[in-house]
Amino acid sequence: MTDAEELRRRTRELLAAHPPADTGRLDFLRARFDAGLAWVHYPEGLGGLNAPRHLQAVVDAELEAAGAPDNDSRRNGIGLGMAAPTILKYGTEEQKQRYLRPLWTGEEVWCQLFSEPGAGSDLAALGTRAVREGDEWVVNGQKVWTSGAHNARWAILIARTDPSVPKHAGITYFLCDMTDPGVEVRPLRQITGEAEFNEVFLTDVRIPDSRRLGEVGNGWRVAQTTLNNERVAIGGMRLPREGGMIGPVAKTWRERPELRTHELHQRLLKLWVEAEVSRLTAERLRQQLVAGQPGYEGSGMKLAFARLNQEISGLEVELRGEEGLLYDDWTMRRPELVDFTGRDAGYRYLRSKGNSIEGGTSEVLLNIVAERVLGLPAEPRTDKDVAWKDLAR
Amino acid sequence: MTDLLYSEEEEALRAAVRDLLTDHCASAHVIARVESDTPHDLALWKSLAEGMGLAGLLVPEEQGGQGASAREVAVILEELGRAVAPVPYLTSAVVATEALLACGDEELLGQLASGRTIGALAVGLHAAPGAPFRAVRLDDGLLHGELTGIADAAVADVLLVPADDGGLYAVTADAATVTAQTALDLTRPLATVRLDGAPGRRVGDAEPAVRRALGAAAGLLASEQLGVADWALTETVRYLKERKQFNRPVGGFQALKHRLAQLWLEVVNLRAAARAAADALASGEDADVAVALAQAYAAPVAVHATEEALQLHGGIGMTWEHPIHLYLKRAKADSIAYGTAGAHREALAELVDLQAP
Repeated sequence: MTDAEELRRRTRELLAAHPPADTGRLDFLRARFDAGLAWVHYPEGLGGLNAPRHLQAVVDAELEAAGAPDNDSRRNGIGLGMAAPTILKYGTEEQKQRYLRPLWTGEEVWCQLFSEPGAGSDLAALGTRAVREGDEWVVNGQKVWTSGAHNARWAILIARTDPSVPKHAGITYFLCDMTDPGVEVRPLRQITGEAEFNEVFLTDVRIPDSRRLGEVGNGWRVAQTTLNNERVAIGGMRLPREGGMIGPVAKTWRERPELRTHELHQRLLKLWVEAEVSRLTAERLRQQLVAGQPGYEGSGMKLAFARLNQEISGLEVELRGEEGLLYDDWTMRRPELVDFTGRDAGYRYLRSKGNSIEGGTSEVLLNIVAERVLGLPAEPRTDKDVAWKDLAR
Repeated sequence: MTDLLYSEEEEALRAAVRDLLTDHCASAHVIARVESDTPHDLALWKSLAEGMGLAGLLVPEEQGGQGASAREVAVILEELGRAVAPVPYLTSAVVATEALLACGDEELLGQLASGRTIGALAVGLHAAPGAPFRAVRLDDGLLHGELTGIADAAVADVLLVPADDGGLYAVTADAATVTAQTALDLTRPLATVRLDGAPGRRVGDAEPAVRRALGAAAGLLASEQLGVADWALTETVRYLKERKQFNRPVGGFQALKHRLAQLWLEVVNLRAAARAAADALASGEDADVAVALAQAYAAPVAVHATEEALQLHGGIGMTWEHPIHLYLKRAKADSIAYGTAGAHREALAELVDLQAP
């Protein structure tokens, strides 16, 4: 196994061979990938060294100290957090070689074509059809809530390949070229005024069979890898005290004594406590992962994150009083990054409403906790043994 | 960096304590005992304190203790909470012991650490760290007055009594009149302590001793509350998988599943907060914030967990025979013990500079 000392040595070798000051950003990132220092827990030859995941911090610290460029991971969150682990687990050797390197360097940004107007929480009911024609699949349908589709070169896509079997069984997972002429991306303006999301219309999009990920009809299982990684990415960030949504409101409270009331004080203190406890829970989860102890806390982190963001930002709008009646800007924009704590209190309040919907609604996550963590019985199902084409819609 | 996990040694300690409690602290026995003349289980205390040597964990080895830390004590309190064990562990091995550590009274410390002597700090259970507390009158070297709401005083061999000269006095139990009160929490009995010219030995200054004792108590109480809440959640989940109505286990109904999942999340959070407090008390780093944070969070969770347990058990939860009421009463009493959540939030407001208007 590769230990911290070995990683430090290899990082220094990389820096010596490709001094950041004299190397182009992309050249450096490619060299780093080829040295196995991109994501050390990945296999050799795919940007990693089969090292323990937590040792990435050793590499990152060395590189940061040397002023090396990073891959600006926020610009490709779906690619790095969701597409990559899925391709790693289910991709052919050829697919892994083709997609992972430009994904990691950020040369190719990814988006996710999963949700549909008729398939939200019941994602497995999706109706986008993929019909095989020779070595290709012809895809028709509509996807929605697609963050970053307007910047993406590739998409992970799930589509129905067999309507005559129950819904979970007839889905196949594809890698879709977003530059294909049949792909049309339309901005979907949201309550904040801007458009992070898109609707994506797929009309006779032809996907070669070589871009199928996993077996035909196994797409639901493949998608579980993607979705589990999404929830970790949304709820699992490591923060210092007051590092999240509570930070701006605590700052305002300290700087603006004229805004304080007793009622707001009580609510602020309660939320401060919950935010800090939630941060400790995230830290405990991280310590469990480092220690190799399986922890269930991750299932709950996104639930807490969503509720707290909403309550804290709501409090902040009220705290601002007269200013709370204003909004910074309703202009329709196309942000490149999603930043939950960016902009003003009003924006934070509105944007955080999405936190309990995106990446699995809080209601669905509560079911997941109840069934998978607590082992409570599932709801009786009427859809499990019915062919997808015969479902109520 | 705060260590929020349990070490292997801590897990081994937990297993040993849980085994003892499983064998000797069944809920039916606790229910029968609480209405007897001896609500405290002194045989169980003897096994814990003398048999397993757990009374002196906070006392350094050179003073006759085990030289462990608040982290290990927290694990024991989790298990004692899970069993609502009627033993004076928190009051003697934590509160009285911490007061004596502040005073540096080696003689009494050694006695308490051995487990053969039970101590109780004669400050009402409701008192928050840093809040004013009552003192008795010192007159010609003898103590006069009455103190109420003293937890586990009925089994204490020695009472640590604050007096109006600012001193903390050790008074042997036979010099005081200890009268049981009818307490909400049946498993942590309260008593009045009456002193009519009782002799006492000054062991140190009361204010710093009481402040330290109540701070440690508040922080470690969160672990007891975690044990109570975890029992309530575990037991309710177990019951709802078994209990059938409408031809299904009632645990399969989404309205109930969501409530239990919410409760699970609260218990998970409480575990992190309680571990953080125990670790901070052990290291001394940022302990005031960690203790206030844990107490501001813990009480509502333990109360919520036991209230949900009662409701979700239906009618059986309302019976004297079922142990839920012991846990509900403990959780509710704990929500007042060593300061309410509100008192700890107020303390936090100062500590983290979120000042009141």
